[in-house]
Order: sequence, then C-alpha cells, then structure tokens
Amino acid sequence: MFQILDKQDLAPSIKQFVIDAPLVAQKAQPGQFIILRIKEGGERIPLTIADYDAKQGTVTVVFQEVGKTTLELGTLKTGDYLADFVGPLGEGVKFKNHKKVLGIGGGLGVAPLYPKLKILHQQGAYVESIIGAKTADLLIMEQQIKAVSNKTHICTDDGTKGRHGFVTVVLKELLEQGEKYDEIIIIGPPILMKIAAEITKPYGIPTMVSLNPIMVDGTGMCGGCRVTVGGETKFACVDGPAFDGHKVDFDELMKRLQTYKTEETTALHKHKGGNCKCHQQ
Amino acid sequence: MPSTINRSKTKTPMPAQDPKKRSKNFGEVALGYTQEDAINEARRCLNCKKPTCMQGCPVQVQIPQFIKHIAQQNFQKAINTIKQTNSLPAICGRVCPQEEQCEQKCILTKMGDPVAIGRLERFAADWEREQGIKTPEQTPSVGKKVAIIGSGPAGLTCAGDLAKIGYEVTVFEAFHDPGGVLIYGIPEFRLPKQIVKQEVDFIKQLGAKVKTNMVMGKILTIDDLFKKGYDAIFIGTGAGLPKFMNIPGENHLGVYSANEFLTRINLMKAYNFPETDTPVKVGKKVAVIGGGNVAMDSARCALRMGAEEVYIIYRRSEQEMPARKEEAEHAKEEGIIFNFLTNPTRIIGDENGWVKGIECIKMQLGEPDASGRRRPVPIEGSEYILDMDTVVIAIGTGPNPLLPKATSGLQLNKYGYIDTDENGKTSKEGVWAGGDIVTGSATVILAMGAGKKAAQSIHEYLQNK
Ligand SMILES: Cc1cc2nc3c(=O)[nH]c(=O)nc-3n(C[C@H](O)[C@H](O)[C@H](O)COP(=O)(O)OP(=O)(O)OC[C@H]3O[C@@H](n4cnc5c(N)ncnc54)[C@H](O)[C@@H]3O)c2cc1C
Ligand code: FES
Repeated sequence: MFQILDKQDLAPSIKQFVIDAPLVAQKAQPGQFIILRIKEGGERIPLTIADYDAKQGTVTVVFQEVGKTTLELGTLKTGDYLADFVGPLGEGVKFKNHKKVLGIGGGLGVAPLYPKLKILHQQGAYVESIIGAKTADLLIMEQQIKAVSNKTHICTDDGTKGRHGFVTVVLKELLEQGEKYDEIIIIGPPILMKIAAEITKPYGIPTMVSLNPIMVDGTGMCGGCRVTVGGETKFACVDGPAFDGHKVDFDELMKRLQTYKTEETTALHKHKGGNCKCHQQ
Repeated sequence: MPSTINRSKTKTPMPAQDPKKRSKNFGEVALGYTQEDAINEARRCLNCKKPTCMQGCPVQVQIPQFIKHIAQQNFQKAINTIKQTNSLPAICGRVCPQEEQCEQKCILTKMGDPVAIGRLERFAADWEREQGIKTPEQTPSVGKKVAIIGSGPAGLTCAGDLAKIGYEVTVFEAFHDPGGVLIYGIPEFRLPKQIVKQEVDFIKQLGAKVKTNMVMGKILTIDDLFKKGYDAIFIGTGAGLPKFMNIPGENHLGVYSANEFLTRINLMKAYNFPETDTPVKVGKKVAVIGGGNVAMDSARCALRMGAEEVYIIYRRSEQEMPARKEEAEHAKEEGIIFNFLTNPTRIIGDENGWVKGIECIKMQLGEPDASGRRRPVPIEGSEYILDMDTVVIAIGTGPNPLLPKATSGLQLNKYGYIDTDENGKTSKEGVWAGGDIVTGSATVILAMGAGKKAAQSIHEYLQNK
C-alpha cells in the first residue's frame, strides 16, 4: 500500500498527488513513469513522474480526470492509500552539455516537462519554455516552470491568459526569428507533439517527445504499448517513453489510443450511475 | 483393503463440463476424479518393480508408491509421498504434459492407455486441500538472506525449498500478484487462480516474504540486493518478451500479443468488465496465430469472451503442433476451427485502423529442419483472405532484457537467455538462475525442477560461506 501524503487541485479536474514511495524516489530519473492501481480489480494506469524527492522518499504525479479510473483516483484524499505503485519505469532521459534548450508543454504535458527542465536548469543550460492550456484555469505548474526557466511564454487557446493561440504559434515565431536550440522537448497531446515536431523538422533541431500509449505491465511483456519509430516497432514502456519526435508515427499512435473508446464510455457511465461519492453532490 | 487390479485398457474418464456450456464460462473444464474414480484408476497400476514412469518425471515423484496409497484409500500418505519431491502437485496435476513425460513411459501404453498419473496426482492434491492444509511450521532462521526474483514456478519452488531450510527468503515480483505465468497466462478454466494463491500462501507460511510491484533492474539492481545484505540471489524471471511476426499491419487496432490478450483476461480479469476496470476487445471472428499451449489458451479465452468463430492458424500440420494433446482436444470439442499449413502474410485494416482481415498463404511440408520437424514452405500464389475482427499472435516469447541489461557480469547466450551450469549457477558470484529465463519457454515442471536444483546448490554455497 502506498500512502497519498499530499493532494492538490492544480486546476478544475487536474490533481496532484505526492506519494510515499521511497524506493521509487531513490531511483527515479526525469522522463520515467510509474504505473498505479487504486484497488483490487482496478486498472493499471501509467502516469509520468512530475517530480521526485529521494530524501523525502516521495514521488509526485499529476493527472486529469478523464475516465473512470482517473475520476475515482480524484476522489482519494490525503492520507488514503493506493493498492499498487510500480516504478520507476521506462528509460530516464539524459542530456549532454546542452547550452540552450526549449521546452514545450501543452495541457497536462506541462507536468512531465517539469523534471526535464529542472535537470537542464541544474546542469546550467539556458532554458526557455512555452506552456499552454485550453483556458487560464487549466494552466498548471506555471510557477514551477518559471522557476527553472530563463524565459517562459504562456499561451491559452481562448486568450484568457498570455498569448491567444496554440503553443505551436510561439514555437513557429521563435524559430522564424532565428532562435537556435540544442534540443527542443515537446510534451502534450499527440496531435500537439505531431504538429510541433513537423515545425521543428525543417530546422534540423533535435526534438524529443514523450509518448503516452495504452499500457498494461510497463515492463516489455505485453507489447500493447508498441509504437512505430523510424519504421521500427518499439515498446514505449521500455524503449521510451521519450523518442525522437521526427521519427514517431503519430497517426498510428492516435489511432491506437482509440482502441478502448467504447469500453471507456461504458465504464464511465457505470461509474457515474453508481454510488461513487464524486457525483453525488 | 483388497486392491484388486483393474484390467481396463482405457483411463477412467475425467468428469468434465459439457463443451457447449463451458465454452461460455471461465469455470474449470476438467472437474477432477471422485474418490471412486481415483481408486478405480489407481488399481490399473501394475506397481512395476522398475517403474519406468519415474524416469519420465523431471522431479522423480515416487509414482507407483503414491498410486498404491490411493488404491488403498490412504490419501494422506499419497499426497505426502508426492510432496516429498513436488511442492506444487495441484498445479502439476493440472498442467503438466504427462503424455510426454511419466505417462508416455508407463508400461500399460503397450496394451492401451497409460495409468492416468496426472489425474491421480491432481486428485491427491485436491483431496488434501479439501481437508484444509495444515499450516507448516517455520524453520528457525539460519541467519542468511536469499533474494528470489520472479514468482513463477521456478522462483516459488526455490523460495519454498530455501525457506524450509531456514533461510530468510524474499521473493521480488514485478506484477501486483505473484504466480508468474500461472497467474497471468494459464487461464482460470485450466488452473483456478485460487489454487495458485494457496500455493503462494503456503510458501509464505514457510516464512518466505513476497514483495510485489518490484520491477527488479529498475527499483533495485542485483548489486543493490547484495549491498542490502542478501547472501545469494536466484533469478526466475521467465521468458516474457512477446514475439511479433514482422508482417505488415501488426499494429492495427485489435491485434494483440498472446501475452497482452491473456494478461488482460486472466490477471486483470477482463471477463468481469465493467465490474473490473480492464477491458479487452474480442470481435465476432478471432484468429489466433500459433500452435502451442499459449495459442490454445488464447483461442479458448476468445470463445469464452463471446467470439462467434475462433480460428487457430498454424503453419505446420496437426502432428507438429506443440500444444498438449488434451488442450487441443478440448479446443476442438469447444468448436475452435483449425487451419493447419497456413501462414499469415499480412493483416488488413479498415480506414480507422481496425483489423478487418488477415491474408494467409497455404504451406506444404518440405525437408526436416533443425528441430527434426518437416519445414513448412509456402505454396506460391495460394494467398487468400479471411475476414477477422481480432488477431492474437501466439508464436512464442523470448527473454526480457530488462533485468540482464541492468546487471553487470551476468553472462547471456546469443539469444539473451542466462547462461548457467547444471546447478543453475551463473557467471556472477552468488547469483543463480532457472526456469524459462535459462531454457526458453518450457514447462511448469521443468521450471520447478530448476528452482529445486538451484535451491540445493545455493544451500551448499551458503553452508561453506
Ligand atoms: C499461456 C501459457 C500456457 C502454458 N501452459 C502450460 C502448460 O499447460 N503446462 C506447462 O507445463 N507449461 C505451460 N506453460 C509454460 C509454463 O507456464 C512456463 O514454462 C513456466 O511458468 C516458467 O516458469 P518460470 O518460473 O521460469 O517463469 P514465469 O512463470 O514466467 O514467471 C516469471 C515471473 O517473473 C516476473 N518477472 C519478470 N521480470 C521481472 C523483474 N525484472 N523483476 C521482478 N519480477 C520479474 C514475472 O512477472 C513473472 O511473474 C504455459 C505458458 C503460457 C504463457
Ligand atoms: S506496456 Fe506492456 S510492453 Fe509496454
């Protein structure tokens, strides 16, 4: 059992848990993820590690309430326990002597972007960031991102905060202005990563994305997480989740993410129709 | 008690669920002998002076002796005899390929059916369980610690044997439930999970600790374990890396590896969805590619998940099929359709990426290959298309590199399996390995045998340390 030491509402429907998981915290690296299960009979869901503290023995995860499992997760409170919490999984990302980088986070993607920018900042790189959300309310971790960035651009789709428009608009401008980066890191919904990677490609700037396919075990034993990268099949849970954004077949990823659409709706309806606390009010 | 010989040439039939009924539920297929059945069958045994059956058993169960006890209605003695050398009889009695092992060597095969040794083994184990297994006494600690990585039959057997001697044993398992393939692979209708759970509980009662959610190589390395004071380590991580065919269309929606398909159904209990939270997609027409136990299990699961037509597509002929005969028979009874000498060449998808068909080519048998089986060769121009909604690929597995990659000084063979000597000792000091991670996909009983041998060797090593 793994205790939730702290719960924060980062935005309506976006929540942050700090979990007591000392062994995971000791080994965690930026870019890695965990898999959790709320209880017996529950689903195994992967969440990217948003922060970790080896001394405190804690791992931070951020999630958005979109389906049955995440909604149920959102009803848990500080002091409650998760049945299972496995990690750290996936390959950690390592950066070599970067002088200047650009980090782009869209929506929930800002959370997994943070530990990468944090380590780059600690390594002395010049960190520029673009973070965005649909609307001002849904923009998360702005202060943390600013704390590890030399310069931060903020965008909202509806213009309620920062620039009116997608993060990709700012990206395009920066590149057109002739800004050079050793690497660009893009994390967000697959469609955002796809478009952003297409923008950086003609400039030949190494572009890292972090993929979120459907997973079961997270250890390479099921192949459910397979993605095509550079024409080859890779297992995102062990070969990734970070990959070269110029090589990923995003269309296939987006299709595969639809596999359980009907079942997700069934589960959600049942959940909402049931006696769960989250919808009683 | 007079135990007259039963001269029947055929095995006492195994009571089983009706094929029509069982193909719709996950309840156990073979229901097990009654006491009368068991005694009747046990009386077929000639109690040979030189029992050839025992040569066929990888863990040398005293077969004629335990069968004699059953014939004499002394069931406690029967199970005690089995347990001297086999710590998981309820499991082995259900899933061992007896027809290639003990039963193949039975003298009665010269005249008819062999004695149903597997069914009798299962009977004895089930009888004991129904009486309520006594909690074993824990052996006082000898003050040394052993770590076991992986909780499949290899790891559990090694853990049990070492705990009995008094070692402080901790089993580290990546999944949230222990049991390895017994839990995530072999379906409920062949091996009820309650039985696996009881075997794990028994090993815990012997004093072994079981830590789940521990992906070793990630959360802790082998060297970390030594630093934490473990004196020896056994690796029994199995052969869990799914193989794909590398044909076009394998990433279409509705294409599964058998590992994923079976894990969703067995470990995650997708058959109870939406009571449980993990779904699986099973369409009306399902193709399972492969001819082993894993393929049979996948096909029979698909049927139970509501598929209307389930096909086994196998590139060789029925004779070469590696699945246990009983499983293939059961599958046929349930209505699985077998397409032999057929190989898929491409999986066809619709505009949204969902599987809609599979292109196959007919094969014929040519010259024998390295395995001694006749090599299947494609018949040019014989391609045809089968409409399908779901495809499950069950063509084998390989070693998962996750732990070896994180371990220095561990010698692997060219396929990535761990190299060991005949006692399971690896090239790394204090580290043993056994089961599928050494041999490649094999059987429960061979994995157990490897766990046992390694336990003995670890004990010798630690006594002298
Ligand atoms: C569907 C199916 C049906 C089968 N049917 C039969 C049958 O009827 N009869 C028969 O005799 N055999 C059968 N087999 C084969 C048999 O199950 C295996 O040979 C046997 O289970 C191997 O045992 P093992 O202990 O080596 O490994 P496994 O049972 O594979 O167990 C390995 C365990 O190690 C864990 N693990 C892996 N990596 C790590 C890590 N890094 N850290 C921690 N834990 C880890 C895994 O999660 C797993 O629990 C079948 C196999 C399958 C897949
Ligand atoms: S999640 Fe199963 S292999 Fe990646």
